Amino acid sequence: MLSIRNLSKTFSSAGEPVHVLRGVDLDLRDGERIALTGESGSGKSTLLHLIAGLDAADSGTIRLADIEITKLSDAGRASLRRDRIGLVFQQFNLIPSLSVADNLAFQARIADRHDAAWTKELVERLGLGALLKRYPEQLSGGQQQRVAIGRALATKPSLLLADEPTGNLDETTAENVLALTRDLVARTGCGFLMVTHSLHLAATLDRHVTLHAGRIA
Amino acid sequence: MRRALWVLAVLLSHWRRHKMQFATLLVGLIAATALWSGVQAINQQARNAYDRAAATFGGARTAMLVAPASATFPQELFVKLRRAGWPVSPALEGRVQINGRSLRLLGIEPVTLPVDVGNAPRLGAADLSSFVAPPGQTLVARETLSDLQEQEGAAPPTSDGATLPPLRVLPQLVPDVLVVDIGVAQRLLNKPDQLSRLLVGKPKSKPAPLASVVGDQLQLIEPTAETELERLTDSFHLNLTAFGLLSFFVGLFIVNSAVGLAFEQRLPMLRTLRACGASARLVNTVLVVELVALALVAGLIGLSCGYFIAAALLPDVAASLRGLYGAQIPGQLTLRPEWWLAGIGISIAGALVAAATSLIKAIRMPVLATAQPRAWQQRQRRWLILQSLAASAVFAVALLLLRYGESLIAGFGLLAALMLGAALILPALLELILLAGQRTARRPLALWFWADSRQQLSGLSLALMALLLALAVNVGVSTMVETFSRTFIGWLNGRLAADVYISTSDNAQALAIRNWLRERSDVQAILSGGRAEAQVQGQPVELLGLPDHTLYRERWPLLDAAPRAWTRLAPGNAAFISEQLSRRLNVGIGDVVAVPAPGGTWELDIVGVYADYGNPKGQLAVNVAALMRQFPQTPQTRIGLIVAKENISGLIEALQKRFALGDRSVADQATVKAESIRIFNRTFAVTSALNAFTLGVAGIALFTSLLTLANSRLPQLAPLWAIGITRPRLAAIELTKTLSVALFTALLAVPLGLLVAWCLIAIVNVKAFGWRLPFHVFPLQLVELVAVALFASLLAALLPVARLARMQPANLVKVFANER
Amino acid sequence: MSADGISRRAFAGGIAALAIARRAGAQGYAGLGETADGFAKVTPGKPFVFPADHGPHPEFRIEWWYLTANLVDGSGAACGLQWTLFRQAAQPGPQGEGWANQQVWMAHAAVTRADTHRFNEVFSRGGIGQAGVTATAFAAWIDDWEMKGLERTDDRTLAPLTLKAASTDFSYALTLEADRAVVLQGDGGYSRKSERGQASYYYSQPFYRARGTLTIDGKPVDVSGQAWMDREWSSQPLDADQTGWDWLSLHLASGDKLMLYRLRQKDGRDYPFGNWISATGETQMIAGGDIQMIPKATTEVAGRKLPVEWQIAIPSRSFAIACKPLNPRAWMGTGFSYWEGPISFTGTHDGVGYLELTGY
Repeated sequence: MLSIRNLSKTFSSAGEPVHVLRGVDLDLRDGERIALTGESGSGKSTLLHLIAGLDAADSGTIRLADIEITKLSDAGRASLRRDRIGLVFQQFNLIPSLSVADNLAFQARIADRHDAAWTKELVERLGLGALLKRYPEQLSGGQQQRVAIGRALATKPSLLLADEPTGNLDETTAENVLALTRDLVARTGCGFLMVTHSLHLAATLDRHVTLHAGRIA
Repeated sequence: MRRALWVLAVLLSHWRRHKMQFATLLVGLIAATALWSGVQAINQQARNAYDRAAATFGGARTAMLVAPASATFPQELFVKLRRAGWPVSPALEGRVQINGRSLRLLGIEPVTLPVDVGNAPRLGAADLSSFVAPPGQTLVARETLSDLQEQEGAAPPTSDGATLPPLRVLPQLVPDVLVVDIGVAQRLLNKPDQLSRLLVGKPKSKPAPLASVVGDQLQLIEPTAETELERLTDSFHLNLTAFGLLSFFVGLFIVNSAVGLAFEQRLPMLRTLRACGASARLVNTVLVVELVALALVAGLIGLSCGYFIAAALLPDVAASLRGLYGAQIPGQLTLRPEWWLAGIGISIAGALVAAATSLIKAIRMPVLATAQPRAWQQRQRRWLILQSLAASAVFAVALLLLRYGESLIAGFGLLAALMLGAALILPALLELILLAGQRTARRPLALWFWADSRQQLSGLSLALMALLLALAVNVGVSTMVETFSRTFIGWLNGRLAADVYISTSDNAQALAIRNWLRERSDVQAILSGGRAEAQVQGQPVELLGLPDHTLYRERWPLLDAAPRAWTRLAPGNAAFISEQLSRRLNVGIGDVVAVPAPGGTWELDIVGVYADYGNPKGQLAVNVAALMRQFPQTPQTRIGLIVAKENISGLIEALQKRFALGDRSVADQATVKAESIRIFNRTFAVTSALNAFTLGVAGIALFTSLLTLANSRLPQLAPLWAIGITRPRLAAIELTKTLSVALFTALLAVPLGLLVAWCLIAIVNVKAFGWRLPFHVFPLQLVELVAVALFASLLAALLPVARLARMQPANLVKVFANER
Repeated sequence: MSADGISRRAFAGGIAALAIARRAGAQGYAGLGETADGFAKVTPGKPFVFPADHGPHPEFRIEWWYLTANLVDGSGAACGLQWTLFRQAAQPGPQGEGWANQQVWMAHAAVTRADTHRFNEVFSRGGIGQAGVTATAFAAWIDDWEMKGLERTDDRTLAPLTLKAASTDFSYALTLEADRAVVLQGDGGYSRKSERGQASYYYSQPFYRARGTLTIDGKPVDVSGQAWMDREWSSQPLDADQTGWDWLSLHLASGDKLMLYRLRQKDGRDYPFGNWISATGETQMIAGGDIQMIPKATTEVAGRKLPVEWQIAIPSRSFAIACKPLNPRAWMGTGFSYWEGPISFTGTHDGVGYLELTGY
């Protein structure tokens, strides 16, 4: 369902061009779960951002099902993110002024895909029932990340992208959170691409690819 | 739409968690809107009143014909002009005394009254015949009716024994005017077949040239867009507007800092929104909508506050305008819908301007945060240089205005330029002071103190600029008011030469009183006075008759006099001129002024100039006997008495008993003086109130800036705490820093304020009122103001500092835990 | 306060002259039906004395000097003009001095061509000289509008006269000559207006030859033709139930003149009246029963239906004509409004004249 061909991206830093991605090819089938690893600066996050449409590629194509993401406008990419993609970040990126319940629901609401039953199921599976009225700053890191995952899956996306989702969590919490994520991904049947630097966690997914020198090794 | 509402809900949720910030934003917008619209409401009210006055059956808004050298001219000129095709309508104006009050009597001819005399009061249908046909009618404003303590339909007698036509209320009429038919006016004023002016309507055909009809007996006065009253009161309203504007800008400073902080804090939220699929366009639109909605709410609250401010100030404003210019403003506030719309508009525009930088920043924000090193020092430097350059440019403008400015607007422009320039240069000056402090510091904590103060400068500068402006205006205005008040009291002491003042209802009573007084041993001298009115070079001028008495020679204050001025006054061919008239006519000692008198032109050598504060009319002081010769119609109803102090109350009592005089008709010097000072004080009550308002708003600005800064200061303070400086100590340092910066600002405000005072006294007052006051500095007052400023800063700094002192260590630790 | 507004109110208030012209109200047209207490009464048998009677009669409530002219310009196109000065006394009794004078004056001026109609009005109070009439050295004026005699003016013919009026968009100046004496209308100048005795003093000069200049929108044209002046004064010319009148002055091609009017009553009955003036100046009253005035076509102006075309017959004189207006829109939208304009007629007799319709 996700098909990446010959994707390139160059940044300039202090006047020097930095070729972050140099022709990446990657395919992700329906429901497939892939871990993406690589050393710091290898372009893992950049690749994820390009797939999410948060940034535009220099060349190459990204297709999600029948949509060619690289050809979309900013508004088109925004609506793609809204409707088809779930995003989870290392920093959780919850909205501090919204309660847990509102944080969980707001992407689905913006996308107009709010499904009360599904949200309820998410709350149960993520164990957030007692925390719904709290605010993000009153939660632990693991709890915050569970809310973020719930938010990303509330729209029933076809693809879940996660950028070091466990980077800010201790090992036990990290494993718990990832286990929950795997369950939910399986439940929704969506694809899952996770950037991580933990080989241990990477091993728990279906496939493991490594980015090296701007290419899939 | 629903999507936008959800985004809006997310954005608004920020305020729920930052209530203080929200309050600050609203307070800023409210403060900006309130005083501004309050002042506008007052100005609008006044302008309506001037319009009403101007339009009273053809005021300055109508072209007219007047006699160049005399107060009245024969009626046959009217007929001649009509028969030559001139669409003129006659009017006769004069003053009558009724129930001891002097009122303007205006005679009009309703049948020929021109179409285009503005929003003149209209006579109703059946009214016209009752206005013209005997006994006719006297149209008055409701206010006048109650002033006269008469009922509608009453026909009160004038002091000359004539009877007015029955009174009838015409609500749109200005107060203190009696409008009667032209024929009635000629009878009442004893000016048969005489007119004072002809109102010119739209010609129905091409009339013959004026000179071919009446020669040089009449001259055409084109209508002026601005009435005399408007010109006179311009300064007053400009003054109010300046205060409103100042407060508006200070309010916007507050909005700017609140919005800046809020947007900064919400940037991550905006990113998340975008990451979750809200398009940039949607988010930006909703941001603007949110701001406009806030501005709308705040604008409405601000307008309501503005209404109350205006309603509260209006009585004083009305008193001031009446006292200073004789302008009649109704004390009841009436507002037009335009006022509300303009107020909301200004609130929204202000909010958008104040938030512009933050909005642009948010709109340009990339979805992905890129960590950029913050070289605050470099940025601050560039900012200081830019501001200083701007300040220099503004000062250059000020110099140009000082050198070439002629008008009142230029005077205010100069003031504005001075203040703006000073505000812009303030951060650079403070930076220099702090840098000097840093250079001299030896101990590490002191070094940090200075360096950190410098870093805080950019965050605080807007608030400090507001404080500087408010303080400078305060210093300026209070210096001016104090100067004025002292000058005025000194002048009043000299002017009120007599010990007892009597004002009689008519000449006969005056004569009876004089005869009675002559018999009394306790009266040392009887001084007669008198006032007549004339037109000099198209301006209404008052002629004041001075008795030839040593007391006047000794005490009556002159600003400037020719040698033997009083002696030269006595024969009746010389006059003193009031300062404002001397400026208006550009006439000084040694010049000659020609006054059209009933018997012909009266040439007067100017031998002295005197201050005549608070008189809207120009005045010439002449010998009273000469005045009576030249203007035989002048009522001789004013008598002054020289009486030994211990006999005053006995004499007044006897007078009141013998002649049934009311309290208004006889008064001792002390009473008159107290009354004058009371009126004077009211004149400046408004200025003082606005002054206090602006200082208050500046205080709020300082407070909110400190409050918003305090939250962002934790990362700076936490390391100090970590190396062992206690929280109370840190709080004390913070307090000292705020106070010292405020102190520097206040000290800089003093010279600026004195400069403002000088501008007000030497430029604005002279152009506005025609008086120049001596310039005094009142050091004690300055010390007081600086202390007030520091106290305001202390109050403003106290809450954030107290929060710091009581802060849980955990919060400080968090700074390290959350470090990126 | 608009001069226009004032005037309207002035009239509504009844102070100004207008009561003279004519419109239906509870009290007849413009107050003409009010009782005449305190004013001089119109009685039969008054001897007319000239020039004194050319001048004003302030002891009567109302009076007018009413001139209409049927003219043609150089190209032969017909046009007409009107010049009227009205006087009304607001109160009876001795004449007040100066502004206290109770007389109010009003004048109407109009020009009419087939394609345009222009009018204006002026008001003035009496007593001060802005408006007035003098009999010896005849002059009638208000502002710069005037009708004035020359040195050689004959009191008997009231000619020659000069006439002028000017407004924003039109002006005119005429000289009027006549070689026949003025004509007393009705019974030796006593003109009855109802069966109950309402009457006026009424004489005319229908024999004026006019010549002069008429200017519309700044373009002057030379005109010439014939003019007719009516002089009438009274204290109560209309009965309370009379609502208005239709009045015609006709210049017959034969040189004869015919004055016709009918007073309309609330009950729908008319009070017609006529006077035939031969080319030599002899007059003959025409009995009401002998006059047929039948309105034909109406035109709608200012929201009113006006009978501007007439069929007129006087069987006893074998007289039957059809009248057509030069311009059916000759509406005088003045303070008190009415229709007044030039007409032409054909039938047993041809000619031109003026039609006045009031009280509609």
